[in-house]
Amino acid sequence: MRRYKELVIEKFLLFSALITILTTVGIILVLAIEAFKFFSEVSIFDFFTDTEWTPLFTIKHYGILPLLSGTFLTSFIAIAVALPLGLTIAVFLSEYAPKKFRNFIKPSLELLAAVPTVVYGFFALTIVTPFLQQIIPGMSGFNSLSAGIVMGIMIIPIISSLSEDALNAVPYSLREASYGMGSTRLQTAFKVAVPAASSGIVVSIILAISRAIGETMIVAIAAGQQPRLTANPFVPIETLTAYIVQVSLGDVQHDSIEYRTIFAAGITLFVFTFILNNISHWVKNKYREEYE
Amino acid sequence: MKNDLIILPSAQPSFFKSMGSDIINTKTSSNEPVIESEVITNNQEITSVKKSEKKEYQILVKNVNVFYSEFQALKDINMEVSPKSITAFIGPSGCGKSTFLRTLNRMNDYIDSFKIKGDIFINGKNIYNEKIILEQLRKDVGMVFQKPNPFPKSILENAIYGLRIQGIKDKSFLAERAEDSLKQVGLWDEVKDNLKKSALALSGGQQQRLCIARTLAVEPEIILMDEPTSALDPISTGRIEELIFELKKNYTIVIVTHNMQQASRISDNTAFFYLGELVEQGKTNDIFTNPKYKRTENYITGRFG
Ligand SMILES: Nc1ncnc2c1ncn2[C@@H]1O[C@H](COP(=O)(O)OP(=O)(O)OP(=O)(O)O)[C@@H](O)[C@H]1O
Ligand SMILES: [Mg+2]
Repeated sequence: MRRYKELVIEKFLLFSALITILTTVGIILVLAIEAFKFFSEVSIFDFFTDTEWTPLFTIKHYGILPLLSGTFLTSFIAIAVALPLGLTIAVFLSEYAPKKFRNFIKPSLELLAAVPTVVYGFFALTIVTPFLQQIIPGMSGFNSLSAGIVMGIMIIPIISSLSEDALNAVPYSLREASYGMGSTRLQTAFKVAVPAASSGIVVSIILAISRAIGETMIVAIAAGQQPRLTANPFVPIETLTAYIVQVSLGDVQHDSIEYRTIFAAGITLFVFTFILNNISHWVKNKYREEYE
Repeated sequence: MKNDLIILPSAQPSFFKSMGSDIINTKTSSNEPVIESEVITNNQEITSVKKSEKKEYQILVKNVNVFYSEFQALKDINMEVSPKSITAFIGPSGCGKSTFLRTLNRMNDYIDSFKIKGDIFINGKNIYNEKIILEQLRKDVGMVFQKPNPFPKSILENAIYGLRIQGIKDKSFLAERAEDSLKQVGLWDEVKDNLKKSALALSGGQQQRLCIARTLAVEPEIILMDEPTSALDPISTGRIEELIFELKKNYTIVIVTHNMQQASRISDNTAFFYLGELVEQGKTNDIFTNPKYKRTENYITGRFG
């Protein structure tokens, strides 16, 4: 009886594991098949070199670069905001802040990640953008700057929290050794703790980039829907994710080339996040337990 | 300004050591009056302890009581340590040896519940005076820990860490000092072709010698060692004991050990702690052959532990 029970549980666990794997495989398969159909109509060369993306217009162009540039621009701004802030917070919390303070602040910060992204989107559109427009006249109502900044705020906890965990895992004995030779707290933090935790910090940054690239709602709401190959953060652009939302919500016909463009955009997105995740895994494994 | 003294790549191993020998040379019989100006050159005068007394000892501990919150870990400790001697702290686990050792370079400052009463003078300076610069104190009073704790950096970077944090950039000077200190601990021949290798790839004994080398590179006057061989095999232990004995020529050493043979082999003076009290201290030879107290004798002969 007991053996039978265990067998059932075992099978059930296996089944659950299989479901996740199957779902993933299914998603990749659908992406690949639809993308394949897309590329049988559009040449890969055009896809990567054409500088316009107008599949929904009469004169159709299928150049992914405008969407990519939109994604990179917003992500870049987000990281530029989140990296310095997130790292400063992590170092402060692990090296300077009293334990009690840290135990209160860290979960509070993590709340930032729990706010629905649609809220962030409207925050960017209705508060940050009008504010920025006062400083930067001529800035459009939709732009990558305010979307990027708000997205940066959203991903601060990814960097601060994971980096703080990594710093916290650095054995106290290393800090003691450093203090024992006459280091200040600052020197100990930046010459011992941060280097020793560097792999964890790098992983946190990669995950944050990955999150920024995949972020949809904020950019769809605040950055606009105008695919444009530009580095100008003050004008409307469109990201890969925002485009997918736009087409999914629109009334394009299934099984048309317009419809398949979302899979082309999707697989491009997937490739980037996939690569980033793999890099982070690689970093994690390669530098695991550099110290005891 | 405080750094200048150390940064200068002097051939003579440091300003501080000459200060130390000064202390020996001018050793006066204690009732002879001491000339004021000689004493004060480098010290801020703080308390009422007799100047002659402060000058003679490198470490002078007066009525030290230590508390962790309400718990009293050390009870009225008095001690004198002369320059270039080895002092061993022995006693059963939890009696306060580490606590006391770490008061000497203020390493306990990071523990919130830690409180200290009393005075500790190092080279006549009260180290718990608020004017003391903690970083400077730690440069003068180096420390080696129980478990080897090299940084996850290269062997070379470990050896020169203490100099780097002083802002020294001169490559050839750094390399020279690294070589010197690695030679002092007898590690040079083993690692000279692999200086760029991670220190974590070394054996435990090698790591501990690297940690000692790292401490030496800063040229402290005093080295505190908290059970430096307890995590090592007998051969590594033997090497480190020899090394400690060698170091006595240039440094004042205070070492905590649970190994009675080690204490009797290498130390000049021994202090026996029991439940936070300093029960007995004196010449190692006397303590081990003719202890005054029964408790000391019992501990040394292994009748309790
Ligand atoms: N951070 C701390 N907070 C509270 N109590 C402490 C702390 N560190 C040490 N103690 C207490 O102080 C006493 C002395 O500890 P200490 O570590 O100095 O002993 P020790 O003689 O070095 O022992 P061992 O031989 O095991 O290393 C012990 O009773 C210990 O529990
Ligand atoms: Mg101890």
